[in-house]
Amino acid sequence: MAEASYDGQVVSVNDEGFFTDPGQWTEAMAPQIAKAEGIDHLTDRHWQVIRFMRQEYQAKGTGPTVRVLGKTSGVSIKELYQLFPKGPAKLAAKIAGIPKPRGCI
Amino acid sequence: MSEAIEKVSIIVSKGSLEGIYPALILGNGARAEGIEANLFFTFFGLDAVSKKRHEHIKVASVGNPGLHLATLVGGIPGMPGLLTSYMERKMDKLDIPPIPEFIEMIADTGAGIYGCQASCDLFGLTKDDLIDQVKDIITVGEFYSLAAGGQIIFT
Repeated sequence: MAEASYDGQVVSVNDEGFFTDPGQWTEAMAPQIAKAEGIDHLTDRHWQVIRFMRQEYQAKGTGPTVRVLGKTSGVSIKELYQLFPKGPAKLAAKIAGIPKPRGCI
Repeated sequence: MSEAIEKVSIIVSKGSLEGIYPALILGNGARAEGIEANLFFTFFGLDAVSKKRHEHIKVASVGNPGLHLATLVGGIPGMPGLLTSYMERKMDKLDIPPIPEFIEMIADTGAGIYGCQASCDLFGLTKDDLIDQVKDIITVGEFYSLAAGGQIIFT
C-alpha cells in the first residue's frame, strides 16, 4: 500500500499504482496518471474509454476486460491498443482510478 | 518484485480444441498486460489458422484422460462433435470467443501470427491456405530470432 499525489491531492494506491479508493479520483487527475504511463495527451477517444471504465465499475463493481471493452465501449480492439499500447484494460483502469480488472479474456 | 516479462513467443503444436485454447488465452492475456506476443502455429496447430479447418476444431475424445470418458464411449461416431458442441456452448456462456474470432482478436491486439514453414511443406500448405491474420510463414530459425530476448512457451 502506498500513496501518490495527483492534482495536488494525496491518494492511496496499491503497489501496482492502482487506486485503492476510486472515490478519491477526479477527472483532473487522469492526464497526470496518463503521462506517468507514457500517454502524453488524452484525446476524446481516450476519454470515451476512461468514462466507460468508470461507468462499468460503478454498475458492476469491477472494470471490464479487454474483450468486453472491445465489444461494448464503441472502440474496437485495434483502436484500443493504439490508444493504450501497454494493455488497454489495465492502463485505462489505472487512468480512470479504478482497480485492475480481473479476467482472462 | 522480480522483473516483468516483456515478450512471449508461444508455439501452438496441437490441433484439438483443448490443445489450442491455452495458447490463445496466453497470447491474448500477454497483450492485455502490455507484453509483446508472437504465436507460432506448427504441425496440427496449423489447423487453427487454416481457412479450411479453423472453424472445425474438435475436442479429442479418445485416449484423453482429462475427459474421464471410457475409450469405447469416446470412440462412438459423432462423439467428438457432441463433446465439442457441449464445450462451445459452455464457453459461449462465459463469453470465450470461438477460435476464428479469438485469433482475429489477438491479431488486432498487435500480436504476431506465424505459420511454420516445415509443417506447411509437410501438409502442402501455402500462405493462401492460411487465414489473412497470418503475417508470414517462417522457419524455426526465424522463429528463434523473433523470440529472442523473450520467453518461449510450448503448447
